[in-house]
Amino acid sequence: MRRDVFQAIADPTRRDIINLIASQQLTPNAVAESFDVSRQAISKHIQILTECGIILIQQKGRERYCSIQPEKLNEVTEWIENFRKSWDEKFDKLDYLLKQMQAGKNKK
Amino acid sequence: MNNKTTIVAPQGKQEIFVTREFAAPRELVYKTFSDSALFSQWMGCRNMSMEVDRYEFKDGGYYRYVDTDPNGNKNGTHGMFHEVLAPQRIIQTFEYEGLPETGHVILRTITFESLPGSLTKLVIHSLFQSMADREGMMASGIEKGVNESHERLDELLESILNYTI
Repeated sequence: MRRDVFQAIADPTRRDIINLIASQQLTPNAVAESFDVSRQAISKHIQILTECGIILIQQKGRERYCSIQPEKLNEVTEWIENFRKSWDEKFDKLDYLLKQMQAGKNKK
Repeated sequence: MNNKTTIVAPQGKQEIFVTREFAAPRELVYKTFSDSALFSQWMGCRNMSMEVDRYEFKDGGYYRYVDTDPNGNKNGTHGMFHEVLAPQRIIQTFEYEGLPETGHVILRTITFESLPGSLTKLVIHSLFQSMADREGMMASGIEKGVNESHERLDELLESILNYTI
């Protein structure tokens, strides 16, 4: 099965998990408590996120903590963010053009 | 009005939807696509100049335009207008000439939807021949090395959440 950053973010629950862990390290149990789905389902998502390299699980004392691996996420942002930006630039110019066209029409 | 550009690339499908709203009636937005002099004013990228080579805006018409980057490199894009239906829809083929081989053609359907308050919702649907073509297109916007400045995690996550699947 495909295990990369795109697989990781393909599922809405996994995106929520990424969001949750982004701001704080949490134990898998603490992550599960934030969701309405079963503990097993969350555990499976965490496993997939780990296999995709998005989450790192580290033993700290008696507890295991999930933390985010932000550099892995760059792969996806570089892709999508730049694609979006290239359209954003065009559309900002189109906004400006439409504004000019409408201003010109009102003068007549 | 929501002037955020939304990119939707459904998982496992060979398509991308690009959606954006504009503060103008749809006849006007349509005109910025149908009139080559207007089209060339906004279609180019920021650092590139764009010239329209041919633009036969009619059913079965041919079009080609050329981007020139700051280093003087020229890259063309060409295709056919399959159907132009003012002011609501344009269907065209689209092929970028800067690829290593020809034949990677995209079928693009552009719809213009009137919203209350003289707003227009623009949806550009691109259908690719393969997943690899789609991913290649999405990757084509990458400019390596310019990303360090916006690698903050909150921005990363925001863009991931925008990647609606």
